[in-house]
Amino acid sequence: MSAPSIKVSQPIDWTGIAFAVILTLVIVFPLLVVGTWAFTNVWRFPSVIPQEFGLKFWYQTLARADVWSSITMSLTLATTVTVLSAIICLPAAYAFARLDFPGRDILFFSFLAGHAFPKFGLLVAIAGIFLQLNLIGTFWGVVLIQLVGTLLFMIWIPVAAFQAVDRRMEEAARDVGASPLRVFWSITLPQAGPTIAAALLLSFVGTFYETEGAWLIGAPQVRTLPVLMISFINNQPVIQYGAVLSVLLWVPSFIALLFARRVVNSGSFAKGFGA
Amino acid sequence: MSVLTIKDVTKLFPGGTKAVDSFSLEVADGELVCLLGPSGSGKSTLLRMVGGFEQPTSGLITIDGQDITHMPPEKRPTGMVFQSHALWTHMDVFKNLAFGLKLRRLPADEIKRRVEAVLELVGLGGYGSRRVTQLSGGQQQRVALARSLVLEPKILLLDEPFASLDQHLRERLREEVRDIQQRVGITTLFVTHGQDEALSMADRIVVMRDGRTEQIDRPDVVYRDPQTPFVAGFIGTMNLIEGTVSNGTFTRASFSHPLAVADGPATLAIRPEALDLVAAEPGAAKVHRVTDYGTHGLLDLNLPDGTRVKAMVDHPGQFKNGQGVNLAPRAVAAYRDNKQIFRSEA
Repeated sequence: MSAPSIKVSQPIDWTGIAFAVILTLVIVFPLLVVGTWAFTNVWRFPSVIPQEFGLKFWYQTLARADVWSSITMSLTLATTVTVLSAIICLPAAYAFARLDFPGRDILFFSFLAGHAFPKFGLLVAIAGIFLQLNLIGTFWGVVLIQLVGTLLFMIWIPVAAFQAVDRRMEEAARDVGASPLRVFWSITLPQAGPTIAAALLLSFVGTFYETEGAWLIGAPQVRTLPVLMISFINNQPVIQYGAVLSVLLWVPSFIALLFARRVVNSGSFAKGFGA
Repeated sequence: MSVLTIKDVTKLFPGGTKAVDSFSLEVADGELVCLLGPSGSGKSTLLRMVGGFEQPTSGLITIDGQDITHMPPEKRPTGMVFQSHALWTHMDVFKNLAFGLKLRRLPADEIKRRVEAVLELVGLGGYGSRRVTQLSGGQQQRVALARSLVLEPKILLLDEPFASLDQHLRERLREEVRDIQQRVGITTLFVTHGQDEALSMADRIVVMRDGRTEQIDRPDVVYRDPQTPFVAGFIGTMNLIEGTVSNGTFTRASFSHPLAVADGPATLAIRPEALDLVAAEPGAAKVHRVTDYGTHGLLDLNLPDGTRVKAMVDHPGQFKNGQGVNLAPRAVAAYRDNKQIFRSEA
């Protein structure tokens, strides 16, 4: 994996630099615009920079009851989904990693299936079922639909993490007198810990940002922050409300990215996908 | 007083290969027995069955008369040291050693006392707060040994514990481990594929091949009197020369040697150090290469049909490439049908 770094003086790669600059512009520029809008009080055409900067719309946005209730909703929802997902998926991941049972491989790859179809079609079908079960517009309905979305991350990444744990370590723990359950708790889980933490974070963030399912199943009673943001952007003539919410929504993803780097760097993520 | 008894143990792997084939052994109290064999000889599988990590297909394993054949590893009075040391990297040295004691619900001060005592024993006093990853390979393996010893198991199991260490460290550590084992007086089963390790540490050696015992004996006996050509070839350097016997003489190409056995094919075994050379032209063999090790020399010889023979000489300077020599073995053993049929001592 890690090739020794060889220092060779190379000619300046102008094409590469050009690509980097263009990519940066394409990615960063919209972010910059949204960021600027969030801190703008007045910005009228044709001025290139806003006439007046300020936190006016932060006060206004944060003064709204629906914003706070949706933040609470999003956090509660993401936490509930992540905890439930961990309870369901971690033992399953351990089974996939360590046990051999009939249909193991097919079952393992079936978690990809949910991601292999246009998601919206699947959601509509599920919404039909939920309607009959009276789950539409309920908190638990949204929890259920988002659980499905976390399965892939929460199975595949922990499977790689468990597989990476040295079996001799587990055997050594059995040897000194630990029961299989104790071995899992004291040895396997801490060893796989950092990678599993990253999976938990990814699932938390993924749930936090998920809009389609939350909107289709939850609306109008259950409103998460991203769903609220979309309705702001669609229905409000004032751009700043949407911009402020967007900036608010960056915070968790930024934290998640810092942690996710760890998984990607360690290669466990890639291993989870069979690399 | 702890005696390990293995009786008629057989292990079939899925697919029908016999990893261990009706193996029996009794390890006496305080004895260190080495299971020696090439990879795939079943020695590790056997050790893992004693430790409880593999289930025998049939047979019986007892410790002090108690049947442990199907007991899970956490219930067994055995302590295992793994090849890869298998220390828990998320714990410091103290916690690694204390884990088993905590599971036994010993009081904290008792745990502390025992951990410190065992760290002293393996020469790592004061290392308790070190992270496992900060230790050198030799220190890690010593901690692994301490982790087993601290629980005072009846039987200590060592699974190629020095395989990942360099030669120099390996030699030092095997002396240390032997010292500790004798001081504690613990009954020990040791798996290795290194004959040096087996010869220098063991009270008795079990030479294994294809899941079966080839020979069980004291190290010096295994070296001096190998019972099968496999043992002869596996322990130390040995010239194994295939030939035929007729009228009391063994012959291979231009080499012949009196051998008082019935006529037929035979394998003659001669240690390089038990083979004298007499300069002669044309001679039975030609010197192919002379290697001077300072303390002694090693000669590679060729019989006319290409058969290679090694001989150890005190003064390699007397020989040069292409020179003819006659072979005069001081001690030989002969094998036929995988059994020893003749042996002479120097």
